[in-house]
Amino acid sequence: MSVPTGPRIITTRFDVADGHTYAGYVRTGGYGSLRKAVGSMTPQQVIDEVKAAEIQGRGGAGFPAGTKWGFLPADVHPRYLVINGDESEPGTYKDRLLMERDPHQLIEGIVLACYALNAAQAFLYVRGEMALAQERLAAALNDAYANNMVGKNVCGSDFSVDITLTWGAGAYIVGEETALIESLEGERGMPRLKPPFFPAVKGLYMQPTIVNNVETLANVPWIVGKGGSEFKSLGAPTSTGMRMFAVSGHVRKPGVFEVPNGVTTFRMLFEAAEYCGGVRDGRSVKAFIPGGASAMWFFPEHLDMALDKPTVDKAGSMLGSGAIVVMDDTTDIVAACWRIVRFFARESCGKCTPCREGTTWLERVLKRILDGHGRREDIDLLMEVSESISPGIAWPPRQTTICPLGPSAVSPIASAVRRFRHEFEHYIDHGRPIDGVESPFRSHAASHA
Amino acid sequence: MSRLTDERVKTAHEIIGRFPRKKSALIPLLHLAQEQDGYVAQDAMVHIAELLDLAPAEVYGTASFYEMFKFHPVGKYCINICTNISCQLVGAWNLLHHAEESLGVKPGVVTDDGLFTIEDVECIAACTEAPALQVNYRYRYKVTPESFDALIADLRAGKLAGEVPPHGTLAVVRQETTERWSNRGVEAQAKVDAR
Repeated sequence: MSVPTGPRIITTRFDVADGHTYAGYVRTGGYGSLRKAVGSMTPQQVIDEVKAAEIQGRGGAGFPAGTKWGFLPADVHPRYLVINGDESEPGTYKDRLLMERDPHQLIEGIVLACYALNAAQAFLYVRGEMALAQERLAAALNDAYANNMVGKNVCGSDFSVDITLTWGAGAYIVGEETALIESLEGERGMPRLKPPFFPAVKGLYMQPTIVNNVETLANVPWIVGKGGSEFKSLGAPTSTGMRMFAVSGHVRKPGVFEVPNGVTTFRMLFEAAEYCGGVRDGRSVKAFIPGGASAMWFFPEHLDMALDKPTVDKAGSMLGSGAIVVMDDTTDIVAACWRIVRFFARESCGKCTPCREGTTWLERVLKRILDGHGRREDIDLLMEVSESISPGIAWPPRQTTICPLGPSAVSPIASAVRRFRHEFEHYIDHGRPIDGVESPFRSHAASHA
Repeated sequence: MSRLTDERVKTAHEIIGRFPRKKSALIPLLHLAQEQDGYVAQDAMVHIAELLDLAPAEVYGTASFYEMFKFHPVGKYCINICTNISCQLVGAWNLLHHAEESLGVKPGVVTDDGLFTIEDVECIAACTEAPALQVNYRYRYKVTPESFDALIADLRAGKLAGEVPPHGTLAVVRQETTERWSNRGVEAQAKVDAR
């Protein structure tokens, strides 16, 4: 199977043994874009390149980064850049690699962004559980400061900036930008209502704040170095550049790949020899998650769809954080649905009642079905509770909550119930999965929560 | 158990100095306490409250929100086994059940020798290397029951001492900068505004 190709942009140093060190980074061209920018470009020119690149944010929402940068009100200081390294959407595995394997690339992207935004301080918020990423970033920052790439008078210019490295302590919700800001202020990570708390206007310490994802900023040195139009020419016009996708689950060779955005199809990722090499054991795809646990599931009829944001959005799901999970025909759908819902039930911050109560009820109803105590009316009950969190159960989801966490728990339920209702009914009637699928539990009725 | 040591108080002040507002240092200071004792002791929370001009209840209020902070002693090695979707699809529950049987404890319980706690955790961002686990937040990929047993044996024998520090220690390299350009006040900000 032939696949579209493109240059690797942000994963080039993954194969370089010392790519995470200052010496390794500089030897492979690192910090060239920063020298160029502070030496010969105005902040506006840097913004213009990022705008021209039309890079969509890589954190989940896919909002164009250059446009986001433009939301900062003029002349309000201090203003902050916050980097969201709290990667925790189930299935997502890319930001951790970028932080561990190429920390200087991220730092260069951060300093470039601060230069463009006129921000004097950035906060790099890493997920608490990622000890190696924290360590590599701390070492890289120390070296970057020592070599005048961060701190006072960057590269001898009159531009100065500080990066403060910090990390969380285990809470998925902190990946939501306003919850991350709360956490940075030393609070419980509970999202703020938007409006009025749009970070660009009232963010960290109620000051204008831009929150960018790690992968988004890691692309900035390349964009500034080669030009935004060069970046835009890669991939599709509607989904520009190269993009990282993690493909996990039932494929022969799960992996993280940087592929031309918008033109590569799901089938290519799953089947091509240079990517996953096919579904395991020659089996077939039963369902797959195209963009993280919050996304609606896709099915075999979506395999030839390109990984293109507007196309996937229109089909009723999202590319989200680039997390693709493949489930083959032996998958116990009810168990898969339960496990994702349990995640959201555990991670609900508790601020909004529909989410706090709703996700918990959904998890309990699914659990009793798995345990063999399900009732026929449970299937409709699942949809009813879902409806109260996300009215209409449509895509994009509507919500009765402040943030999208609650509606995210509805995605696996709506996907699984609508497509595989018979599997739920079989569980309810017989206390076990349908023939031909494998329960992930030793005993499907065992205590497993 | 204890308040922060003098050495850690010095580190705490460096951390506090990196933020425009003191309370932002709360989570990092809680990590310092957990690094010291393996869990966040009550006395440490009172001490942190003093350092940040907070009420102890505010410290506990934030701390109790976050999964990683433990308020009672846990095993020297916390083994977090991911059972989320990508890991579940390739045998995570088998691995967890094996771990329960081989260590004789359920998730959240410390083994009698005080060495191990296992947890059934959410996604740890190693989905293509499933099933995955972390021991004191250091990764192990594509774990089988056999490699799990080998890991336990190595930990018991002290063979991984360099690689896996006791529970509570995250990064062993700290950010060094103590002087903040951006905290120097009006003059610095005026320079930003002027550009």
